[in-house]
Amino acid sequence: MDHWVALIGIAGLAVSSGCIAASAVDINAGSYAQQTGEELYRGICQGCHMPDAQGAIGAGAYPALANNKRLIARMYPISVVINGQRAMPAFGTDLSDEQIANVINYVRTHFGNHYKDAVTAASVKAARR
Amino acid sequence: MRAHEPAAPMNRRSLFKMIGMIAGSAVMYEAMSQLGHAGESGYSGPIRLEGDPKGTSVLILGAGLAGMTAALELRNAGYKVQILEYNDRPGGRNWSLYGGDTYTELGGFTQHVQFAEGLYLNPGPWRIPYHHRAVLDYCQRLKVQLEPFTQVNYATYLHSSKAFGGKAQRYREVQADFNGHVAELLAKAANQSQLDQAVTQEDKEVLLEAMRTWGALDQNYEYKKSLSTSERRGYVSDPGGGLTSTATPSEPLALREVLQSRLWWGLTAGHIYELQSSLFQPVGGMGMIGRAFGRELGNLIRYNAKVTGIKQDERGVTVSYQDSRSGGPVQLEQAQWCICTIPASILSQIPMNVAAPMKSAIDALSYDAAIKVGLQFKRRFWEQDESIYGGISYTDLPNALIGYPNSRYFDDGPGVLLGAYTFGPNAVQYTAMPPEERIRRTVEYGSQIHAQYREEFQHGVAVAWHRVPWTLGCAGHWTEELRAQHFDNLCAIDGRIVLAGEHASRLPAWQEGAVLSSLDAIRRLHARVLAG
Repeated sequence: MDHWVALIGIAGLAVSSGCIAASAVDINAGSYAQQTGEELYRGICQGCHMPDAQGAIGAGAYPALANNKRLIARMYPISVVINGQRAMPAFGTDLSDEQIANVINYVRTHFGNHYKDAVTAASVKAARR
Repeated sequence: MRAHEPAAPMNRRSLFKMIGMIAGSAVMYEAMSQLGHAGESGYSGPIRLEGDPKGTSVLILGAGLAGMTAALELRNAGYKVQILEYNDRPGGRNWSLYGGDTYTELGGFTQHVQFAEGLYLNPGPWRIPYHHRAVLDYCQRLKVQLEPFTQVNYATYLHSSKAFGGKAQRYREVQADFNGHVAELLAKAANQSQLDQAVTQEDKEVLLEAMRTWGALDQNYEYKKSLSTSERRGYVSDPGGGLTSTATPSEPLALREVLQSRLWWGLTAGHIYELQSSLFQPVGGMGMIGRAFGRELGNLIRYNAKVTGIKQDERGVTVSYQDSRSGGPVQLEQAQWCICTIPASILSQIPMNVAAPMKSAIDALSYDAAIKVGLQFKRRFWEQDESIYGGISYTDLPNALIGYPNSRYFDDGPGVLLGAYTFGPNAVQYTAMPPEERIRRTVEYGSQIHAQYREEFQHGVAVAWHRVPWTLGCAGHWTEELRAQHFDNLCAIDGRIVLAGEHASRLPAWQEGAVLSSLDAIRRLHARVLAG
């Protein structure tokens, strides 16, 4: 039922279409109120990347964000957060430019990462396709 | 009543079977289509793989419903089959958690399930629509006993934290009042000749009659407090017997309140084709289907096998795997063909030499977030205090809904509710919490609807699908754009490998999609094998 149209939740929030057949009518999907990088990491990212940012391994794996050399290029996390990548869902439509910049700046300066060149909301906006 | 039903000397099933035997499957399909059956889910009865595959070997990755359907049918058709499964049990997302089970999610968070005997949580699928004919047929063939699943129950609640002072309203009240007020408005518009452009005089009369019947309007086409509107929404005190028998009608909610509460949104679930009555559930938990398949397949399934690589050449496929618990040495399994049902979220990380179109399709698919929380209470207060027997209450709180158990009604002992089942950002945020925090919050949300929660709560279990080690999410997140670009490439046979599972179907997240995709894959594979 990928053609399901957007439904309006009880809370008046638009629920994204193309979601889950079993779910679209059941959902009150909510939104992300967190604003600071730390709040966003604790509220979203640690679900998969784990509270210590070490990632996890099962049948597949979630990569560690701690001590992650791939974070050196600012565009890389910006693109992954906006568009998703493989198992990583896209967050571009659910998070604002500011929220994305804040959470990337948090990860790039914590968990053993020391990248000083901050990401700006403007650079997130520019990266949106 | 039965005397009025037409006699049925031959049921449809045996009729189709007879047509199939005499005239072949194409004619049977035609006959079923004309009777409106075959189109329902693309399932036209047990698959027939005719011709001798001469012991051709097929390695199947994943013992979920897709993998086990393929194994069962290919084995029956004369193939040599073997399944590799990551878990220590059959079923995959077809799964129930019972007392005594231990579940460890990614990150090492371990939960010890302490539900009472016979009580369970279905972390994944929990309902089977009547038109999901393939799943229902396998249940029959594997002797999985089914019972009704109640989607719509007029006694359940619709709840908004922002309306009616946060007090939950009964489904029947919201439905009666919404229908009644809308009927009154429409009747008013028709009577004031505002619909004359849209309806003829003749149709207008029928429309008025319909609105009166549908909305429980009075002779003046008004929806207001009366015994007849209470026949829909319920009474303050019900009619009874003898000297204390007078009914007290209830006061409808005002139109404006009903509209602004947005509780009408909760009336739509049961209108959806997949959630229309009848729905079913296996007796004892959804996981009974996986167990039945597992029993049937026996040692064709190798458990605790984590696939680490898939390599094909012109002669066959070699799959490397390790013990999923202990690691250990890499082992190899070979076959002439491979049916891979591993979720794309995991498959995208496994080295596999398929061509770019299939690889791009696998990489393009992320998985939706979903969570479920099961809560055990000391007693079935929803039945004893509130007359709710099965069905679902909906809320604007982050737990989204409360699902009441659809079995063991009137039991004196404890009961397990589905305390939360949500998707999207709410599910993502639930996932980021430790299990005990998910449970604590779910109890807190639910207690706003049922005050008994605080007193009666005993034990909870929370499953967040992005933390499930063997799926990394709930189901493939297809959009129309993604489908247009990748779906055919995901499903096409690449050399000696074909994919199956809910992600390779147009019924995402439904078990029916997994089974149908598997049947479609083995049909194509079989044709390829026979062609040599």
